[in-house]
Amino acid sequence: MSDSLYQEIILDHYKHPHGRGLREPFGGEAHHVNPTCGDEITIRVALDGSTITDVSYDGQGCSISQASASVLHELLTGRTVDDAFAVERTFVELMQGKGQIEPDEDVLGDGIAFAGVAKYPARVKCALLSWMAFKDATARAMAGPVTVEEDAR
Amino acid sequence: MSAPHSPLDVDRVRKDFPILERRLAGDHPLVYLDSANTSQKPTAVLDTLAEHYSRHNANVARAVHQLGEESTAAYEGARDKLAVLIKAPSRDEIIFTKNASEALNLVAHTLASGMADDPRFRLGPGDEIVVTEMEHHSNIVPWQLAAKRTGAAFRWFGLTDDGRLDLSTIGELINERTKIVSLVHQSNSLGTVNDVATVVARAREVGALVLLDGSQSVPHQPIDVTELGVDLLAFTGHKMVGPTGIGVLWGRRDVLDALPPFLGGGEMIETVEMTGSTFAPIPHKFEAGTPPIAQAIGLGAAVDYLTGIGLDRIHAHEQALTAYALEKLNAVDGVRIIGPNSTESRGGTVSFVVDGIHPHDVGQLLDERGVAVRVGHHCARPVCVRYGIPATTRASFYLYTTFDEIDALAAGLDQVKRFFG
Repeated sequence: MSDSLYQEIILDHYKHPHGRGLREPFGGEAHHVNPTCGDEITIRVALDGSTITDVSYDGQGCSISQASASVLHELLTGRTVDDAFAVERTFVELMQGKGQIEPDEDVLGDGIAFAGVAKYPARVKCALLSWMAFKDATARAMAGPVTVEEDAR
Repeated sequence: MSAPHSPLDVDRVRKDFPILERRLAGDHPLVYLDSANTSQKPTAVLDTLAEHYSRHNANVARAVHQLGEESTAAYEGARDKLAVLIKAPSRDEIIFTKNASEALNLVAHTLASGMADDPRFRLGPGDEIVVTEMEHHSNIVPWQLAAKRTGAAFRWFGLTDDGRLDLSTIGELINERTKIVSLVHQSNSLGTVNDVATVVARAREVGALVLLDGSQSVPHQPIDVTELGVDLLAFTGHKMVGPTGIGVLWGRRDVLDALPPFLGGGEMIETVEMTGSTFAPIPHKFEAGTPPIAQAIGLGAAVDYLTGIGLDRIHAHEQALTAYALEKLNAVDGVRIIGPNSTESRGGTVSFVVDGIHPHDVGQLLDERGVAVRVGHHCARPVCVRYGIPATTRASFYLYTTFDEIDALAAGLDQVKRFFG
């Protein structure tokens, strides 16, 4: 039923997205597309040392994919990279759990609203789109400064 | 608005399709509006498949035993039925493939192979390939690959704002360098039925081949390949109440004779020596290996079923459905039709967008009411790009579609709007 898929939290994030829009400065950017439906997302990650100071994004797509990006922004901004990746792994596990995993609100915050999406295999990719882009963007942001440091030595 | 008249007894037709009795989650009856994606199958086809496997199963054209003869007769009998369906001058001109994509790839690949004796059937630098912006990816990508392999130029017709081919530049687009024009008969996303005669006339002037993708037209209207005037026609079985795994390439005999072989293997040869091989005449030249036997026979049963009802009547029914659907959808505030907004030169496939609501969300909520539509770019992404939209929702009709089902779609859209409003 739509009640389990379209939780009020998801609709809220969709209609009133948090932190939407691409911002500067940023250390890494990634653009991901869902080839089956054409949904797209661009994510930028700004780092200060190992702390994520901003996750900015822009994209177009269904309520699930866009709300997921908004939740991601809220959850991961201000965390360390290690922390953020731990949350990311928990979210991916939830999405791949076929609706059998009880989500942990302490870790996932508003992300628990996506538990119902896991029961809809066709929509899991929508929910994960921004998270996969986030991983790539963060990896690029981390690769950038490391290269500079190596050059400096 | 009361439901308009249809020449079909749809209630009776629906009894032939067991799946239409399915109840879905929430005990909703199935409202199947995704026949352009794949059609449902009547009992006659299902029984034919079961009977083939349970009573006649054997490989074709290789066995001297009784089952082999029965299987071969049924397989070749299906070829006869398809030849009659599209009024092919010869049964040998019907090539069985696994789907329409393979049929289109067969032509692109053999033209690009450079192996034809006649230079008219060899693509190379300086040659031009022409497609249209409304093609399914299966009629774009094979030609892009062929162009890359041969150095030929890849060109296309653009679209008008109302979902038609822009033929204003046809004189320049199809020119002396054009080797082949490959276009869709009826668009799978817009529903547009193209003006094939104008394209064929120009192609004739410059000696270019014309390949028509009939995947969305052969199931829905009477087809006469001679009247169409094209050189080649590709279509698929599963969209015309037949099984998956079977498609057809029809070509004029002289064209198919001139094309070099596609896949090599058993059955497509005349004689094989370690120093070289010679090839079977058509149709077997293009049917390497064990073909989809049961699927071809099942498609033959599908042809019998469709012609038993009458493709002219099916077409008239779908025209009535389309008129009704356009009226209903236009009456929903915030719904915009992507494609021709009248029944003139269009089929029963209607794409639309709902203002402010992504098609994925539209499709998901419709599904919860048992209404099955397709959402996305429908493997025709350039169409979405052309109209500046990420995706569409698409409802597509067939002989078993009812006016009530279109009402269910419209009512579903009202609810979708309330949900996201």
